[in-house]
This record gives sequence, structure tokens and C-alpha cells, in this order.
Amino acid sequence: MTASAVPSKRFLQSRTILLPGLIITVGMVMLLLIGSIMLGAADISPATVISAIFEFDETSFDHLVIQTVRLPRVVAGALVGASLAVAGAIMQGLTRNPLASPGILGINAGAAFAVVLAVFIMGSPPLSTYAVFAMIGATGAAILVYGLGSMGRGGATPLRLTLAGVILTAFLGSFTTAILITDQDTLDQIRFWTVGSLAGREWDLLAQTSPYMIVGMIGALLLARQITTISLGEDIAAGLGQNTMLVKGLAAIVVVLLAGGAVSLAGPIGFVGLVAPHLVRFMVGVDYRWILPYSALMGAILVIIGDMVARIIIRPQEVPVGVMMALIGAPFFIYLARWKVKS
Amino acid sequence: MQKSKTLKPAWNTIRFGKFSFKLDRRVLPVSLILLAVAITVLVVSISYGEFDISPLEVLQTILGQDTGDSRHELVVWTFRMPRILVAFMVGAALAVSGTILQGITRNPLADPGILGVTSGASFTAVAMIVWLQLPLEWLPFATFGGAMVMALLIFALSWKGGSAPVRLILVGVGLSAATSALTNLMIVFGEINQVQQATVWLAGSVYGRGWEHVQTIAIWLAVLLPVTILMARQLNTLNLGDDLARGLGLKVEVQRISLLIVSVALAAIAVAVSGTIGFIGLVAPHITRRLVGPSHEGLVPMSALFGGVLLMFSDLIGRWIISPSELPVGIVSAMIGAPYFAYLLYQTRNQ
Repeated sequence: MTASAVPSKRFLQSRTILLPGLIITVGMVMLLLIGSIMLGAADISPATVISAIFEFDETSFDHLVIQTVRLPRVVAGALVGASLAVAGAIMQGLTRNPLASPGILGINAGAAFAVVLAVFIMGSPPLSTYAVFAMIGATGAAILVYGLGSMGRGGATPLRLTLAGVILTAFLGSFTTAILITDQDTLDQIRFWTVGSLAGREWDLLAQTSPYMIVGMIGALLLARQITTISLGEDIAAGLGQNTMLVKGLAAIVVVLLAGGAVSLAGPIGFVGLVAPHLVRFMVGVDYRWILPYSALMGAILVIIGDMVARIIIRPQEVPVGVMMALIGAPFFIYLARWKVKS
Repeated sequence: MQKSKTLKPAWNTIRFGKFSFKLDRRVLPVSLILLAVAITVLVVSISYGEFDISPLEVLQTILGQDTGDSRHELVVWTFRMPRILVAFMVGAALAVSGTILQGITRNPLADPGILGVTSGASFTAVAMIVWLQLPLEWLPFATFGGAMVMALLIFALSWKGGSAPVRLILVGVGLSAATSALTNLMIVFGEINQVQQATVWLAGSVYGRGWEHVQTIAIWLAVLLPVTILMARQLNTLNLGDDLARGLGLKVEVQRISLLIVSVALAAIAVAVSGTIGFIGLVAPHITRRLVGPSHEGLVPMSALFGGVLLMFSDLIGRWIISPSELPVGIVSAMIGAPYFAYLLYQTRNQ
């Protein structure tokens, strides 16, 4: 009887609420974008930010700063956050494992290692190839970790997947460090990038890497319904007539596109892919047609805020956003390990 | 029905008055072989370097004979011997630390690095290096503090009417991610000179370690290693499971905590002299268990020996593989240890 006083969960998670909610969240991302652009060595007013975007004036110094430095940086942040979050959401759905995410399962590390290796071997490959190498590395890492983590009768348990991811990260990390120690040129070229940072991202790198992420994002949204079904259990999905192997294969390609693209743009940034989908699931329930778009927005919000904080706390220096995300994300991981993993 | 024919006991019993030890029969031959390997690696490692000394000359110098070249003594005793001894003892400390952790968690995948204990130690060490410029003798106490706080946090956060191994490991992974992020944050904040020092140290290296380091770690090992061997029997009993151990009259929680403290102290001293070196604490106990069986009286000293040899060997490889420059030993040990861990995951796939 008392239940009718509170809006039911079913109502909160219905289309009537979720659709306007999505629009409001998009608005929030926009506001954050503008806020993030305002912030910097010299603070710029919101009016100037908007006019710099829509009526760019080459003679204005502020406009130039916005167009060449701050706007690409924040757009990169939003894109990277959205991609990692969607990749994480898909991985959690497919493996039915609350701890799955590109950072923890070593996919970011694989992508990063492949890029470092390419720079080491080829001197200075064109920026456009970074994404390709990252994709190759991400694929290799995904296969290795999933293979290693899912062998045996228990299948892909959270513990085994996490351990496989942790050791792959340690293993590749040691090779990455070895390369960076021995080869100063590589170190110099890549240093800004290995820690996971948005500093100095400009339009050309963004243009080279964003197509992969955008394609991945569209693919993810197209697969949303199938992912929902598979997240209920593979047997159920197969019983409903789904070709689960095909869906899993396509979803894996989407994950690689998203995570590889994100890493090639910003370096390995962890925990976004873990935290965002969980926060979203808490609000919107179990339907991936809603989880995925909300995760994208939530991921963008997390990275933009993380980057803003990273730039403010020790002005004029800045903390790499990857470090900020770990500080936010690790406690969350512990919470999940404690409460959401059955042992 | 020939089975009941008298079998030789699988162990030797050693008595000192009231104390008696049961050692697996395999311990004696294995220890002799490991000692021989240790000495060989030591000699080869000393003889290898930019200034080449033949193994024979190394032996002569160590034994105090004149080799006809006055530089030999300087190179052997001042430059190479201390760092190699540090590598040996760090390996031994990490191996014993891992052996204890695997014993008390009854989990073959436990290791001070994976559980995150070492990341707590390196956090305090970096804080000391970057902020306080503490002298070396104090560093072990600082790392011990950090490692201990970390271990308690891991236990507290994973406690839910008991500490299930799965939660222990996962909580450890999460906590060490947070701690490393804090360490990185300090590195961003810090003064560049100290930061550089801290970064080199974080990679896990025995480069440039001298006799003062040998002394520091030797003192700690001289205390902690015998303590561990004396507690070996309790480790064996704990391995039977809490209920059985309690039934046999063991104060389970007290023993577990005291063993944990010893294990954390061993990991902390290793971190204090050489930075973070992973995987030795995982690999050494495992391979040793295969050689001498699961009984801790033999396992603890043998895995110390094995861990020492393994790290000396890793150090040799690190110096050789990209000479004339060198890879930090922590990187080499990860390159060797991670595949072994993968193999272990494969082995335990059905558990």
C-alpha cells in the first residue's frame, strides 16, 4: 500500500523518464564542455567560448587559444570517456562480470604497448598509424586475457579474468619500460602519452583517431538489443534463437575499435570503463539500449571533470587525467569486489 | 598385496634437545644442488661486466689469493659483490614473504606484489625520498609501516565474516591501483631531482647498491628468516584449514596475524633496499614446492635459496641483455614471472 506513494522503479526506468533524461544529460555534457574550455592559464568568459566556437574570429587571441588548444582537448576527453565507458559496458554485459573493463582486463595496456613498440621499431611512424597499432595491440590483449581467463570449468570468473588482466598489464608494462629505458628517442616521443593524458591533443591526432571510435559507437548502439539478451545468459540468448557466437564476435570488434581508438588518442586511461556503466546501470536498469548511450555520456562527464580537476589542483602544473581517474575509480573497484563479486 | 612392505619414511627427523624438525628427504639433495647453482651464478655474475674478469680469477680474489692484477680486488669486492649479494637477499626475502602469504591464505596465487603489500611500501618509500630525504637506515621502517597499513587495509576491506581469498586478491588489486595513483601524484608534485631518484628506484633495481645495503638487509633477514623457520609447523597446521587447525589447538587468528607481520616485514625490507620487484614471491615458492614438497620446514629455506638464485640470475640477464646499458632487475623478473603466472592460471583452471 505504501509502495504507491513512491514512483515505482518500473516508472523511473520507462521511456517517459529515460528519453528526456538522456536529453538533459546531453545538455549537462555541453555545459561541462564550455566550463572546461573556460578554465585555463587565463580564464575566458562563457560568451567568448560560445562565440569562438560558432563565429570564429582569427584576430582574437582568446578565440585562437580556444580553437587550437582547449576545444580539441576537451572534445578528445569527451570522446575518450564515451568510448571507454561503452567498451566497458559491453564487456561487462558479455562476460557477465562486474569487474570487466578495458583497463583492468589489460586491453589498454596491449594497445599502449603496441604503439610504443611501433615507435621504437619504426622511428616516428605517422600519427595516422597510431590507431592501427593500438587496435592490433588491443585485439591481441583481448584474445590473450579472455583465453587465459576463461579456460577451465568455471569459465571466465571475475578473479581469473582480473588476474589475467593484471599480469598481462605487468608483463607488457615491463617491456614498455624496457623500451623506454633503452631508447631515449622513443621515450621523448611517447612520454606525454604513456601516462594517459589529454594535454596537447590537437585536431590532427583527433581527426586520425576519432573515426574508429565513432564507428565503434554506432556499432555498439546497433548491437544494444542483442547485448541485452546475451547479458541475461548465453543459454537464454541461444534459446531465443540468437547466434551468440556472431554477436560476441561483433561486440568484440566494437570493443577493440572503441578501446584501441581511445588509447591511441589519450594513452591508457583506466577505470572509466569500469565506473561509468555501473553508475548508469544503477539508474537505468538492465536494458543496454539505454545503458550504452547513458554510459557514453557518463564516461564523457567523468573524463571532462577528471581533466578539469587535474588541471586545477596544482596550477600551473597539471596531473595526468589517468592518475585522477585511478584515484576516483580504484575505491569503486574495491566496493564492487567486496559487494558485487560472489566468492 | 605387496603394498604394505615397509616404506622408507619420506622425511628425516632432526633433533636438537626439545626441538625436532621433520625434513622431507628431498631437502638435502635439493639444497646442495641449489647451493652449487647459487655459487656458480654468483661467480659468473661477478666475472661478467665491462671489465672482464675470468671466473677463476674471481674465485681467487674471493678466496683472498693474489691474481696479479690489483684492480680485480676493487672490482670484485667494491663494485660487483655487494649488488649481487643484495639481489640474492632481496630474492630470498621476497620468496619467503610469498611462501608465508600463500600459506596463510591457502591460495597459490598470493604474492606480496599481487596482494598490493609492496605498493604500500613503495608509496611510503617515495614519500620519504621525495619529501623527507630520509637516510637509508630508516627506509625499512618506513616501508614496513606502509606495507603493514596496506596489509591491514586489505584484510579490513575484504573482511565479511571471514577473509575469502577471492576478495583478498581483488581488494588488493584495487587498493594497489589507488596507491600507485597516489605515488604517481607525488611524483608529479615533487622536486625534480628527488623525483628522478624516486623513479629509478620504483623500477626495482640493485644498481649501485653497496655494502651498507648488504648490511641493512642482512640484519633484517638474520632475524626474520629463523623466526619463519620456527613458525613453519604452524604454517603446516594452518594449511589444513582453520577448523582442523583450531581442533589441533592452534590459536588460528593469532598465528595468522603474526605470520602476516613477518611476511609484510620481509616484503618491506626488500622494497626498502631495491624498490618494487614483482613475481619472485609468487614463482619461487611454487617451483620449490614441486622440488621439496609442501611441508614448510623444508619449503621456507629452500624457497629463500631459490628466490635468491632467481633474482641474481635476473640481475645477470638485465646487465647482459642490452649491454653496455642495463635493464633494472624488476623488469627482468616481471618478464620471467608473468609468463609463469599465466602458466599457473592455466594449471589451476579447473579449481
